[in-house]
Amino acid sequence: MTAADAASAVLLLAGSGFSAVGALGMLRFPDLLTRLHAATKPQTIGLLLVLAGVAPQTGSVTAATPLLLVAVFQLITAPVTAQTIAGAAYRAGVIDPATLTIDETRRDP
Amino acid sequence: MSIVYAAAMALLGAAFLMTAARLVRGPSTFDRVMAGDILAVLLLSGIAIHAAVHKETANATILVAVALMGFVGSVSAAHLAAARAERREREGRA
Repeated sequence: MTAADAASAVLLLAGSGFSAVGALGMLRFPDLLTRLHAATKPQTIGLLLVLAGVAPQTGSVTAATPLLLVAVFQLITAPVTAQTIAGAAYRAGVIDPATLTIDETRRDP
Repeated sequence: MSIVYAAAMALLGAAFLMTAARLVRGPSTFDRVMAGDILAVLLLSGIAIHAAVHKETANATILVAVALMGFVGSVSAAHLAAARAERREREGRA
């Protein structure tokens, strides 16, 4: 087992651990916004760690480049998805206003 | 490396099951859209780990495709659900 293999093992385990903890939060948290919080951030970190763990195993820079592409893409799209879902849920009236501390999107103040 | 593979896959499997439980349970459409998006991300991680352990490099293209599909799918599903909810609200008021 070389140093690259050891680094890969640690990163892969850390990444899947983050994913599992995030999914646990998604299952257990009480309302949509908290679940959205648990869904996006740990899953993004988890995927980034897994990709970082996979990269040393590919053996060449050419083979590892698509992994970088996926990582950048995930970093760009995860906030967009979360923002879209939260905004849509707010407009649809799914979110209970009593659970919000500050509501900056309210139409009639 | 096979122990690491088994452990990582077990963690990802647990995450997949918990997310699928949220997908089934709801309660709103937006929870389901969110769960579907996360399932796509978990799928990405699983394919990546599989590719790393079995030294397959062709899977990298699949990763890009799945990432694109997951993003486009969940954003459009969220917009559709919002449009439906707004229309229902408008009809309820009229």
